[in-house]
Amino acid sequence: MTPAVTRRRRSWFSRLLKEMRHARFTAWFGVLVILAYAILALFAPQIAPYNEATVAGQPYMAWGGHFLLGTDQLGRDVLSRLIYGARNTVGIAVITTCLAFLLGGTLGIVAALYGGWLDQLCSRIVDVFMSIPSVIFALLFLSAFGSSIPNLIVTLAALDATRVFRLARAAAGNVVVMDFIQIARVRGESAVWLIRREILPNIMAPLIVEFGLRFCFVFLSIAALSFLGVGIQPPTADWGSMVRENAALISYGNITPLLPAAAIALLTIAINFVIDWYLYRTSGLRDER
Amino acid sequence: MTDVAEVPGRTGPGRQRAIVPLLGTVLQRLGLGLVTLFMVSIVIYLSIEALPGDFAQSILGRSASPETVEAYRQMLGFDRPPIERYLSWMAGAVHGDFGSSLTSRPGAVRAVSAIIGPRLYNTFFLAAMTAIIAVPLAILLGALTALYRGSFFDRAVNGLTLMTISVPEFFIAYILCYLVISKDMFAMTQLGQLLPSWLSSGIGSVLSLMPKLPTLAAINESTTIGERIWKLLLPSLTLTLVIIAHMMRMTRAVLINVLASPYIEMGRLKGLSSAWIVFKHALPNAWAPIATVVAFNLAYLIVGVVVVEVVFVYPGIGQLMVDAVRSRDMPVVQACALIFAATYIVLNLVADVIAIVTNPRLMYSR
Repeated sequence: MTPAVTRRRRSWFSRLLKEMRHARFTAWFGVLVILAYAILALFAPQIAPYNEATVAGQPYMAWGGHFLLGTDQLGRDVLSRLIYGARNTVGIAVITTCLAFLLGGTLGIVAALYGGWLDQLCSRIVDVFMSIPSVIFALLFLSAFGSSIPNLIVTLAALDATRVFRLARAAAGNVVVMDFIQIARVRGESAVWLIRREILPNIMAPLIVEFGLRFCFVFLSIAALSFLGVGIQPPTADWGSMVRENAALISYGNITPLLPAAAIALLTIAINFVIDWYLYRTSGLRDER
Repeated sequence: MTDVAEVPGRTGPGRQRAIVPLLGTVLQRLGLGLVTLFMVSIVIYLSIEALPGDFAQSILGRSASPETVEAYRQMLGFDRPPIERYLSWMAGAVHGDFGSSLTSRPGAVRAVSAIIGPRLYNTFFLAAMTAIIAVPLAILLGALTALYRGSFFDRAVNGLTLMTISVPEFFIAYILCYLVISKDMFAMTQLGQLLPSWLSSGIGSVLSLMPKLPTLAAINESTTIGERIWKLLLPSLTLTLVIIAHMMRMTRAVLINVLASPYIEMGRLKGLSSAWIVFKHALPNAWAPIATVVAFNLAYLIVGVVVVEVVFVYPGIGQLMVDAVRSRDMPVVQACALIFAATYIVLNLVADVIAIVTNPRLMYSR
């Protein structure tokens, strides 16, 4: 390796470009799909021909003409609702995942750093919530507090924070026993400094992977709950409930209800591709062959 | 060759002594499972406390007299302190009595257990049927992909199963429904019109080979067992596709590990056939991790069942729970959640116990 003195630190962006040049096809595909979804979500009002709640035509109109993908059971434009759905479903999933990471990640690292009763208390609570599937708990809590978007976000964030806590605590637990943490502690650094400068940089790789996977889980949970009619409520456009509302069309050999489901599937597959590639890059992990 | 117990020092008394720590570990794990179930039941019970205080009033409407509201509250037990209510709820739950539904009125009590009973049977029927299809299929596919690893078949199965785990359950369900519905009229459907005619007629002729499976699993008491199985084929197939990937990949990974060991090479040198080696010599040594992952996936089946029951309008406990969540019928939701949680915890417990019992390293005290 070249001596550290002569090595110039590349900017974040140029390193990304260099990285992408050697990336696999699947990774490229994943990144492009994610970018496309992000653009649709950010500029939904500009891109969509109609508003998400506007009744613009007759119910169940065929594809083509004014409505590229036809209309739904109330006569709303399916294409516009798909585009707004990117904003609503993906946006809520992003907020939920970030909240889960903020809560679970912070608690997990603090628990690993201090140990003691705080660690015990958090770990036992997390054990209980991890012992049964989060969808069951989500259904329970949504029925107690009522179905609304804030309730959905808080419920799923709290449930997923338990999974993040487990990972963050385990990853940070491996770091806090290192000598450099001891030295930093003896030097009298504060806990915030320890977490930001010593622990976080060392557990970033597993946390990023977990963020991608967690996002997929949250996203699929939101879609499933909305599909079941207890998640995002109408008239907000959302992919899960769009499938449910137009499901009757399938009996006539019409694939319109499959489009939102395909939109969900495409995003989760794209994210999985990118995570795969990231894992391959960071750990040199190869297939078992 | 296969019998490890013949190694000197591991025979006779060693095995006898080993049972005690093994039993200890298993009992410890069972105890832990019970404690978890107890904690989960508290969380489930506490959720009813989050209901607004005037719940009885809002259910009965504004015109209800204070006496009616009070009678309703008493019938549901809201007049007693929470701890007492929890204890009596738990005592009832152990005996299969989950109280009465919030849809019951004074004079017409609807017991939760009476609502749940038949639906619980339906759900377990669907889950059992799926397990009977999915588990052997997953192990067979895992063994075949391990045997022909790197081949086109291996990559195709791997890619397909990766797809099925990363898409929502209702997507798989509706695609299957779509295929069945459009099997005789694919060329006339909107997708068939979009594709070139040779392609759509080709797809149409392949699709028309499929049996005409029912896309609705509506059943009642008079449904015969054969008819029930026929109606449940599509839901089971959906659930199979959802859970098969994990089991298959685990079987494949474990088998590839075992196939690398010297005794397998010995078998090959003796001239045994590949299929004989995999099924007779490799698979018996791979049972432990496979059994664990199977139990884990059967537990996962319990969640998958909720969405699939709704898609196929199957009167199971998952659909009941979703309906109860929408109408905020808490006693029913609690009972369903408790049943799901208990099944999940017990199946995971079974997975753990299998892993402990089949791990030879735990059989001998250190």
